[in-house]
Amino acid sequence: MKPLIVEIEALTKIYQSKLRVVAVDGIDLELKQGEIFGLLGPNGAGKTTTISIATTRTLPTSGTVRVAGIDVVKHPAHARRHIGVVPQFNTLDRSLTVYENLYFHCRYFGFSHLNARSRSMQLLDQFLLAERKGVYPGQLSGGLAQRLQIARAIAHRPTVLFLDEPSAGLDPQSRLAMWSAVEGLRKEGITVLLTTHYMEEADSLSDRVAIIDHGRVLALGTPEKLKTTFGAQTLFDLKLKTHEALEPLLATLNARPDVTSAEATADGLRVIAPTSDGLLPDLVQAATGFGLRDLAITEPSLETVFIQLTGRDLRE
Amino acid sequence: MSNSGEKISRPPIRAQAGSGIYIKAFFGLYLRDLRVLMREFVTFLLRVGMQPLLFLFVFTYVLPHMAGGNPMAAGSGPGFGTVILPGLMAVAIMFSGIAAVALPLSSEFGITREIDDRVMCPLPLWAVALEKVCFSAMQSMAGALLVIPMAYYIPAVPVRADVHNWFLVALVLVLASLLAGSLGLVIGSSVSPKQIGLVFSIIVVPITFLGCVYYTWAGLGRIRWLQIVVLLNPIVYMSEGLRAAVTPSIPHMPWWAIIPALLLFTVVLGKLGLRGFRKRVLT
Repeated sequence: MKPLIVEIEALTKIYQSKLRVVAVDGIDLELKQGEIFGLLGPNGAGKTTTISIATTRTLPTSGTVRVAGIDVVKHPAHARRHIGVVPQFNTLDRSLTVYENLYFHCRYFGFSHLNARSRSMQLLDQFLLAERKGVYPGQLSGGLAQRLQIARAIAHRPTVLFLDEPSAGLDPQSRLAMWSAVEGLRKEGITVLLTTHYMEEADSLSDRVAIIDHGRVLALGTPEKLKTTFGAQTLFDLKLKTHEALEPLLATLNARPDVTSAEATADGLRVIAPTSDGLLPDLVQAATGFGLRDLAITEPSLETVFIQLTGRDLRE
Repeated sequence: MSNSGEKISRPPIRAQAGSGIYIKAFFGLYLRDLRVLMREFVTFLLRVGMQPLLFLFVFTYVLPHMAGGNPMAAGSGPGFGTVILPGLMAVAIMFSGIAAVALPLSSEFGITREIDDRVMCPLPLWAVALEKVCFSAMQSMAGALLVIPMAYYIPAVPVRADVHNWFLVALVLVLASLLAGSLGLVIGSSVSPKQIGLVFSIIVVPITFLGCVYYTWAGLGRIRWLQIVVLLNPIVYMSEGLRAAVTPSIPHMPWWAIIPALLLFTVVLGKLGLRGFRKRVLT
C-alpha cells in the first residue's frame, strides 16, 4: 500500500468575529503518495481554509492534519520542510530576480550555496524560465509568474505540493502550460493537492476529486467514479420568451420516465435526464410554444455531478 | 515526535534533520536581506547618513560661524557637538530600525504578501521575526558608527569623544540596536502601508525630540515634570547610554539605570512585536 502523505481528520474551522462563519465543517481526507488530488467547490466552500490549515498558516478550531506523518499544528516548522505552496496570489519576492527567488528559497531550506545554485538552474530549465533569470517578478506575465511560483514551491523537494486555484487569472494558453507543469510533477513523484472551481481542471488533472461545499465533503472518488455513482446526467437549459403557465409543461416532463427532473429557472427551465436520446426533439417541440430562444446542453461531467449534489452552479 | 506508528511508512526526509536546519534557514533569510541591502547600498547610506550630516553641518558648523551666534548654538556652548554626538547616534539607530523592519514588513504584509515564502521556511515564526530584528540591528550599528567620523570632521569645535569602556560601548550599541529593531517590528506588524507615513509624525518625531537627543537628561532638571515623563521614552536610554559610553565627560544617567531600562524596553517591545507578527501570519 502506498503511504499516506496528507491525513486530514475531522477538521473544522469556525471564524468567530461579528458573524460566526463555519468555513470548514468536519472534513476528512487522505492523500496517497504520488497522487494528484483535486478539491473542487465554489468560492467560499472552504477549499482555501483547508489548504491554509494544512500549510500551517491557519490554526484549526478542531481536528488534525498530518503531513508526512507530522502534525502541522504541533510541529509547524518541521512540517513545512515537507510542504510546498503555491498560494492564490503572486507572492514572489519583488526585491529579488527570478533566479534569486529560487536560489534564496533553497537557502531558506538549508541548501548549501552550490546545491542551491544547481537546483535553481535546473528549475529554470525545467520551467522554461532560463532566459528570464535576471528579470524581476514585476516584469513577468501572469503565466510566467505562476510557473515561477510552482518552480519555487517544489525547489526544496517537498513531499506534497499545495496549489490553491492555480489557474485563477490565467489566460487559456497559460493555463494549459500550467497543467502540463503539474502533469510533469507526477513523474517526480510529488503528491499534489489542488483546489479549483474549474471542472475541466479537476477532471483532467486529478486522480481523485473531492467535491466540497459549505465546508463539507459531498463526494469523493475518481472523476469517473463520481460521474457514474451520481448518475451521469445530461443537463438541458432552455431559454424561453414566455415564463407564464409553465406548470403543465413541467408536470408533463416530470411524468416522463426518461426525465430525472424538470424545474423552472429565471430564464426558462432546466431539465435533467440520463440521456438526450429521444428526449431532445420532444423538448424542442414542447418548448416552441413558449418561444424557445436558446437551448444549452451540458454533457455528463463533474459539473453536472456538482449541480446535482448542491443544486447550484460552481461559478455562482 | 510524530505519532505515525505502523500505519504510515514515512517517506524519506530529504531536508536535513535537527536544529542545524534552523541555523541554516536563519542564515538563508539573513543572506536574502543582505543581498537586497547591498543592491540598495547607496540608498542605505543616504538614508542613515543624511539626517546626522545635515544636523551636524547646520548646528555645529554653520550656526557657530554666523556673526553674533545663534541663541541655540550659543546657549549650548562649544560642547554642543559633544552633547549631540550620542544623540545623533541614537537617532541613526532608531531610524534604521524603523526603515529596515517597519517599512518593508508593512508592505510585505500588505498587498503583496511577499513575506509568505519566508514564513513558510522551516523555522518557528519567532525565529523569522528575530531574523528581521537582528538584521535591522546590524544596520542600526552601521548607522551609528557612521555618525562618529562625521562628528569628528564637520563641527567647528571638535567633538570630544572619549571612550574608556569599550565593553559598555558595545553593550549599549547592541542593546539599543535590538531595541530599535523590536520597535520596528511592533510598527511594521501593526500599521498598514497606507498609514506608515503617519507613523513618522506621531511616533518618530515626538520620540526623537523628547528623547534627550539634543540635550542631556540631567539638563532637564529645571523642568522636573518633563524629566520624569521622558523616562517612558526608550530613545532617552539610547541617547543617555551612548553618552555614558562615548562621551562620559557630559553629564549622563548611570549605567546601572540605563542597561536594565534598555533590556526591559527590548523585551517588552520584542514580545509585542512578535505577537503582532504572529497575528499577521496566522489566522
